[in-house]
Amino acid sequence: MSEMDIRTVVRAFLAEHDPATTDRLDFLRARFDAGLAWVHFPVGLGGLGAPRALQAEVDAELAAAGAPDNDPRRIGIGLGMAAPTILRFGTEEQKSRFLRPLWTGEEVWCQLFSEPGAGSDLAALGTRAVRDGDGWVVDGQKVWTSSAHTARWAILIARTDPDVPKHRGITYFICDMTDPGIEVRPLRQITGEAEFNEVFLTGVRIPDAHRLGAVGEGWQVAQTTLNNERVAIGGQAIPREGGMVGVVADTWRRRPELRTHELHQRLLKAWLEAEVARLTGERLRQQLTVGQPGPEGAAMKLAFARLAQELSGLEVELLGEEGLAYDDWTMTRPEIVDFNGREAGYRYLRAKGNSIEGGTSEILRNIIAERVLGLPAEPRTDKDLPWKELAR
Amino acid sequence: MSDLLYSEIEEELRSSVRDLLTDHCPPSAVLAGCESREPYDLALWRSLAAELGAAGLQVPEEYGGAGASLRETAVVMEELGRSVAPVPFLGSAVLATTALLACPASDLLPALAEGARTAVLAVPLSTAPGAAFPSGVRADGNGALTGRLTSVADALTADVLLVPAVDADGPGLYAVEASATGLGVVRRTSLDLTRPLADVTLEGVPARKLAGADTAPAALERALLTGAGLLASEQLGIAEWCLGTTVAYLKERKQFGRALGSFQAIKHRLADLWLETVGARAAARYAADALAGESPDAALAVAVAQAHCGALAVRAAEECVQLHGGIGMTWEHPAHLYLKRAKADQIALGTPGHHRNALAGLVDLPGPVD
Repeated sequence: MSEMDIRTVVRAFLAEHDPATTDRLDFLRARFDAGLAWVHFPVGLGGLGAPRALQAEVDAELAAAGAPDNDPRRIGIGLGMAAPTILRFGTEEQKSRFLRPLWTGEEVWCQLFSEPGAGSDLAALGTRAVRDGDGWVVDGQKVWTSSAHTARWAILIARTDPDVPKHRGITYFICDMTDPGIEVRPLRQITGEAEFNEVFLTGVRIPDAHRLGAVGEGWQVAQTTLNNERVAIGGQAIPREGGMVGVVADTWRRRPELRTHELHQRLLKAWLEAEVARLTGERLRQQLTVGQPGPEGAAMKLAFARLAQELSGLEVELLGEEGLAYDDWTMTRPEIVDFNGREAGYRYLRAKGNSIEGGTSEILRNIIAERVLGLPAEPRTDKDLPWKELAR
Repeated sequence: MSDLLYSEIEEELRSSVRDLLTDHCPPSAVLAGCESREPYDLALWRSLAAELGAAGLQVPEEYGGAGASLRETAVVMEELGRSVAPVPFLGSAVLATTALLACPASDLLPALAEGARTAVLAVPLSTAPGAAFPSGVRADGNGALTGRLTSVADALTADVLLVPAVDADGPGLYAVEASATGLGVVRRTSLDLTRPLADVTLEGVPARKLAGADTAPAALERALLTGAGLLASEQLGIAEWCLGTTVAYLKERKQFGRALGSFQAIKHRLADLWLETVGARAAARYAADALAGESPDAALAVAVAQAHCGALAVRAAEECVQLHGGIGMTWEHPAHLYLKRAKADQIALGTPGHHRNALAGLVDLPGPVD
């Protein structure tokens, strides 16, 4: 299918569903059914089996026609992580049950992966799932769960066999967040708001039909989820001075009285780093377009985390006395992180999470060193031990 | 957005240049050459320039060049950096050739394009784009030049010197034959053993005027900007060699009963270095592409590439020395050749600090007024 063909499809769709007169949800459902949700997905599951690159054409055509969008930022975990995993490992029943309301945003998803004792070492997780008839009974605690308080469904990994080494005894499930035994508590963080949650699971019953992939192979399934998470980060084209650097540069230009020589040098260095990171991202996207995926993806997250922290720290200093103030410590529960909607102090504090969430900078450096540069792994003492014998 | 990848033709060119350098320019040969009386490998230069046509890549076909672009020339610079090759490519094929291409008189170009002769732009290697037109050399009414220039790279073997000089009409660019009476070219002991510098004295030296006040300043600026932009590719090549060589060594070298490269403290340093090298590739490619297309963004692209790549090459070479341990401090190990080239390149055609300050003007981030 070509760009011309896809435009014809979109225009035919728009002729039948006028965005001006069609109800928002009806429009989104119809768009999914027409295969224009994610064109690279199979026919019948919101796609046309077309090249992924054509999605940009579809989005542009629909946006130009004033079509409603499915609010991808609010439902990012479902779109970016649950959907590709369900597509790859789900049964036909699971795909047809979950993908449509996921894409339209009718059902929000969250991710029950991290635990208080299993962050970077995710495979050490201890939440148990025990077989019980045609289902499983789950007990444990998860943490850092965005959207748990609004989510209808969760992707969950749990330990189903404590007698084998940690990577081999994990199974992947789809968990109904409305089930009894699930308790969601806001987790207030450094910024004052509660963007994340703790989730307690006590005797939660999950039918075996909601298992994704084979018993004991949850780690491999989770890799698909995590790889898609990293592709999602840094995959967007940004203009020069896009993101945090633009915010600080604007403040610098508007407020000549705040400038100092020392901050000037730091700002120029950071501006330069941001531009180099932008060009690196652009080069990565060009490689992907011609089918030469480079290993730069993991690097982009590392670079952006460092920059966001450097720039947001610089901004607070630049503001001097104003930097001593904070806009609001009220505990709110935002559905999305909006750096630019808050003030410099918020940006400074929230950016601290950039080098922790979605893979810490330390883990990303290990990944680069081992998978890209081919350096030997650190000796591991826990790799072949049964999970139940691990030191905790 | 410009094309930041390498074309198939560019990859073929890279592979030819790399093969030649692998065969004829191993680090041992570079080191031996540095210690000889002959600072350049002119046989290598002839193979590179004449057989591979590298000297005339950016020269249009009508002047006997390949009619390619600065993108291809940048690829050659990468490979020359990777092998710290002692050839006058930067001075002749980049700086002098670019200046000549911007001059009305272009009869020197064919000989430069085929590598039969070499030329040099007679300015200190540290001269940055945006510098004021040099006033150290004056031309009298007969076009004879008098004055003194220091730290000119690639001048020792040059057949022709392109000398910026001031005459009664203002700035001009003059060609001086190396054999001309009254010209002195004296080798200096330079930090970079592989790109020796020379001081040039002119005492009433006969010269031919190539460009006058209307074009000479622009030709000089274009040459300096192009030189700075393409030097970023050389710096990328240096960094790549240093990173690759260090990674290979740390996979092999064992201490405390395991490969040094398995220690996380070392891995993280190399991962950071790799990340900056990936950035350098994007920045250097963008600069080469912007210069090749004469993009309005070229000055900014060059400032970004130079500021990033200049600092990176030094850091990569310093890490290479440190992570090799004692062997990295020896004369026998080639790491020092790369460190010396990287440090000299950091100053050449503008320091990273100079280029960052240039950015301040280009992107409207002025400093404090006081």
